[in-house]
Amino acid sequence: MTRIGRWIGSHLVLALGLLVLLYMYIPNFIVALMSFNDSSGARNLYAFQSFTLDNWLNPCAPQGMCESVRVSIVIGLAATIAATILGTLAAFALVRHRFEGRSTMNLMIFLPMATPEIVLGSSLLAMFVAAGLGGQLGFWTILAAHILFCLSFVVITVRSRLSGLDSNLEKAAMDLFANESQTFWRVTFPLVFPGILGAALLSFSLSFDDFIITNLNSGQTVTFPMFVWGAAQRGVPMQVNVIGTLMFIFALAIVVGGELFARRRAKVLAAR
Amino acid sequence: MGALQRVLLKHPAYFLIAPAALWLLVFFLFPFVSLLSTSLSDPSGSPITGYEMTFRFQNYADVLADYWPYMVRSLVYASIATLFCLILGYVLAYAIAFKAGRYKTILLVLVVAPFFTSFLVRTLSWKLILGDDGWVVGTLQALHFLPPDGRLLATPVAVVAGLIYNFLPFMILPLYASLEKIDPRLHEASLDLYANPIRTFFKVTWPLSLPGVVGGVLLTFIPAAGDFINASLLGNPNTQMVGNKIQQLFTTAGDYPHAAALSVILMAIIVVMVLFYVRRAGTEDLV
Repeated sequence: MTRIGRWIGSHLVLALGLLVLLYMYIPNFIVALMSFNDSSGARNLYAFQSFTLDNWLNPCAPQGMCESVRVSIVIGLAATIAATILGTLAAFALVRHRFEGRSTMNLMIFLPMATPEIVLGSSLLAMFVAAGLGGQLGFWTILAAHILFCLSFVVITVRSRLSGLDSNLEKAAMDLFANESQTFWRVTFPLVFPGILGAALLSFSLSFDDFIITNLNSGQTVTFPMFVWGAAQRGVPMQVNVIGTLMFIFALAIVVGGELFARRRAKVLAAR
Repeated sequence: MGALQRVLLKHPAYFLIAPAALWLLVFFLFPFVSLLSTSLSDPSGSPITGYEMTFRFQNYADVLADYWPYMVRSLVYASIATLFCLILGYVLAYAIAFKAGRYKTILLVLVVAPFFTSFLVRTLSWKLILGDDGWVVGTLQALHFLPPDGRLLATPVAVVAGLIYNFLPFMILPLYASLEKIDPRLHEASLDLYANPIRTFFKVTWPLSLPGVVGGVLLTFIPAAGDFINASLLGNPNTQMVGNKIQQLFTTAGDYPHAAALSVILMAIIVVMVLFYVRRAGTEDLV
């Protein structure tokens, strides 16, 4: 058990870790595979029958599916914009200012994340019904709920980025005769921006994917997860897998693109 | 100039915090008060006409008597899932933090990426993986871990497997965040002092990673205990969790007071467990 043992030991952990990662990708492989499945005339919808491109060529064939995707995108974008603005402002207040009620506010931001979705969803529903909005559940109630649960994640993400910021950079800018607003827009904001962008991406994916809270507060409005849920009772159309695969590709492209962009920018800055 | 205006001008922070605070007040605190009030209301109302608050504590006795097995099942499933997530998540987080070298960021992105495909779509794919004609069941039957007519889908195993899969990233990210902060030289020092790798792990790495363990366990356990999607899609009527019951009472039964009471009980159990657990684990700086 000397060097050879240690070599095996260290590579064993890496290999096991990669196995865990592989396991996390199994469903994505299946989803991608099933997007090419010809399910017409099949009795078992959860088995691969034969290869076809039909699902990709006619993604909107199942009635109501693309409309539900559109609803989810609209709600996702609106919730992301609102939550990102509210959350970023709050994060600045919490990191940069000492004020009465600050720790209460920190707790208030933590609580929604520590509440199971079913409890969040049911309390919102209870309130909407108590407020006489029971008949008007739909787009606006979903949006209000989505902004709520995205908000905490935005605050946490931006807060951690902001508190990791070296305040000497801002002091240096001030020493070099930048005024407060110049310092903010040319130094602070660009440094915090990756955190804000990350928070926005997270918000969108949380909103787009939410089922439990949405289901309780949606009335007649059908988001993409609600469409999938409804379809799952009868048998899911294979086009659902096309949407799933597309979402995965988009997300990967955004994240990888962002990473490459950050690297290039770092190189350009270093070369100056 | 009103008092409110003076306060706002004195503390610019209040301008920044006000919109978020207002949102949390209206869409988190008010709803929770509504939930409590609904849970004590007379169930003879309807979702359209509203319910009359009568301090009817009987609702709580009713749901506890009727649905306690669902509550127990939820807590048991969520605990098992959390334990597995901790083991799997620790291995991966450790590998990324200490063994991945310059591929750290890429691996971290790869951890999060699969979760951009819709949660429901991915969960449905487990129906295929664990299906009766699938190779998983086939292999287990061939190895005699399962009887020839044994199945995985529509069993508690499938539900717990779904929970493990779905909540794993919530475990990995906090674990990674705290493992990454550990100075690798501490490992070297420990090895130099003749501790073997296993001893090093339990005496150095594990204690230092505890904040991540506590965070990860909470972030995994809480959503898993309230989940009903895995139980609905991968289970059978006997594997239903408390989330299934709450959502059925709200949506199909339209019995809001009992649904609200069950929801409050779930929340209360989770709060008590979290407080107890955080105190035991000794990390109170989570918030």
